[in-house]
Amino acid sequence: MKYILMMNCPKTGYDSFGAWPKKDIQSHIAFMQGLNKELRESGELVSAEGLADPKQAKLVRAGKDGTPITDGVFPEAKEYLAGYWIVDVESPEQAYAIAARASAAPGPGGKPINMPIEVRQVMSGPPEEFS
Amino acid sequence: MPEPLDERGEHLLRELAPQVLGAVIRRFHDFADAEDAVQEALVAAAVQWPEQGVPDNPRAWLIQVASRRMTDHVRSEMARRHRETVAAMQVEQLVAAPVIENETDQDDTLILLFMCCHPALTTSSAIALTLRAVGGLTTAEIANAFLVPEATMAQRISRAKQSIKASGVPFSLPTNEERAQRLRAVLHVLYLIFNEGYTSSAGPELQRLELSHEAIRLTRAVHNLLPDDGEVAGLLALMLLTDARRAARTGPDGELIPLTKQDRTLWDRKEISEGITLITAALRTEWIGAYQLQAAIAAVHDEAARAEDTDWPQILALYELLKRMSDNPMVMLNHAIATAMVHGPSAGLELLRALDADGRLAGHHRLDAVRAHLLEMAGDHEAAIAHYRTAAGRTTSLPERNYLVTQAARLRERNAAEEGENL
Repeated sequence: MKYILMMNCPKTGYDSFGAWPKKDIQSHIAFMQGLNKELRESGELVSAEGLADPKQAKLVRAGKDGTPITDGVFPEAKEYLAGYWIVDVESPEQAYAIAARASAAPGPGGKPINMPIEVRQVMSGPPEEFS
Repeated sequence: MPEPLDERGEHLLRELAPQVLGAVIRRFHDFADAEDAVQEALVAAAVQWPEQGVPDNPRAWLIQVASRRMTDHVRSEMARRHRETVAAMQVEQLVAAPVIENETDQDDTLILLFMCCHPALTTSSAIALTLRAVGGLTTAEIANAFLVPEATMAQRISRAKQSIKASGVPFSLPTNEERAQRLRAVLHVLYLIFNEGYTSSAGPELQRLELSHEAIRLTRAVHNLLPDDGEVAGLLALMLLTDARRAARTGPDGELIPLTKQDRTLWDRKEISEGITLITAALRTEWIGAYQLQAAIAAVHDEAARAEDTDWPQILALYELLKRMSDNPMVMLNHAIATAMVHGPSAGLELLRALDADGRLAGHHRLDAVRAHLLEMAGDHEAAIAHYRTAAGRTTSLPERNYLVTQAARLRERNAAEEGENL
C-alpha cells in the first residue's frame, strides 16, 4: 500500500531555514538525502520531492475562455507543503515510522525539529472482488 | 533498433526461465548470483534471438550464456580476492564442463517457488522475487506492474535474495512435514499476484503487464507438477472462473460493474469451461480446502445465464462450509449476502449485527457497503444512502469510491422522484 508523507512548514519556514548556521543546514540536507537513499535501498521509495519557496507559488484558476488567471498565494495560508515522499509499504505503521523519522530531521543546533508530517493513503486500483 | 521478440519467443523464455535458473544454481550453488546471471541471459536472448533466430536448443543456449556470466563473475571475484592461478584453472574446468542435462527440471520449478515464497520474506518481496526468478519477468516489467520505480523494485528483489542467502535455505524440496505449509505460502503468493493484476485492470492501467495471466500461467505450472493436489487445482479454477468475467467487470470509463449488472455475454466461455472441469475434478479429492470452495462458488455464479438464475441456495451452502473452515470475517460478510439472497434482507442484516459485535471489520468499508446494499433491498433507502456514503469515505480504492457515491446518488434521485410522484 502506498502512502504520501507530506511535510508542511509554516509560512516563515523557508526564510528561517535560510538563516540557520551553515553546519546545521548541511546536516539537515545530509539527513534528508540519507533518508531518501535508505528508502530507495529498502525498496520502499516511490518518489520524493522538495518544493520551491512558496513565494514563487501561484494560485491558478481558469478564466471564462479557459485561459489561466494567476494570483499570488493567499496571505491567510499559514502552512505550506514543503516536500513529500510517496512510499510503498506493507502496513500503515511502517508509513508512520518513516514519517516519524522525517519529522525528527535535525534543525538548528542539531536538535530534532519534530515537524508535523501528514500521512495519507494513496488510492489504489479497484478493490478485490473474490468470492 | 532490433526487432522485439515475438509473443511465442517471449512465452518460451518465460517457460524456460525457472528450468535454466535451477540448472545454474545446481552448478554454482549460489541462488542470488545465479538469478542475476539468468536475468542477463534472458535479456541477451531477447536481443539476439529476433536477429539470429531461436537456437535449436534454447534451454542449453540460455544455460550456457548464464553459466558464462557466472564464470566471468566468479573469475573477476577471484582475481580481485586471490589472483591465484590454480583457482582460475578450476574455473576454466567449470566453463568447459558440458551442460548438465539434469532430469529434475520439473522439481526445480517447485523448489524455486518454495524458495521465493519462503515465510522469511515479506509478501511484497516474495511476489517480486517469484515473478522474476520463476516467472522470468524483467525488473522493469515488475516495477511497471506495481507502479514503483525500477530502482526501488531492483532493491526489493536484491534484498529478498539476500534474505534467502542469509536464511541458508538449501536448494532442495522441503521435507514432507514442511511441505503442506510451504505450499500454502506459495499458493497465497500466486493468489496475491492474480489479485493485484485482476483488480488493477481498469481504465488507463490496462497497459500494465497482465499480472493475472502471469499468475494463471504459474499456477498452471504448479498444477501440472502436482496434478493430484486439490487446492492447487482449486486455486487455478478460481483464477480462471474469476478472470473469465474480466471484460464485463468494468464499463467504458473504467467504472466498476457489479456481478448482478454485468453483461454475461462478455464472459469468457473457454475459461469458464476449463475452470468448471478443473473444480469438478478437484472436489472429488479427499480433502477440500478454501480455494476449492471459493472456486465452486465462482463456478455457480458463472453457470447462471442471468443474474436472477443464480443458484443462491447452493452458494449459501458453500459459504456455510467455508465458514466452518476459516475464521475469516470476509467470509462471514459474504455469507451474510448469500443469506440475504436466500432468506431475505433482514436475515442478512441480522448476521451483520453479529459481525459488528465481532469487531474485526469495524471501520472497514466493505461492512458498510454490504449493509447499504441489504438496507436498499429491505427498502430502507435513507439508511442505505447513509451507509453507501460512509463506505465511500472509508475505501482506499478510487473506482470503488466512485461506485459507492454513484449508488448513493442514484438512490437519492429515486427517492426524490418517488416523492414527486406522491405529491
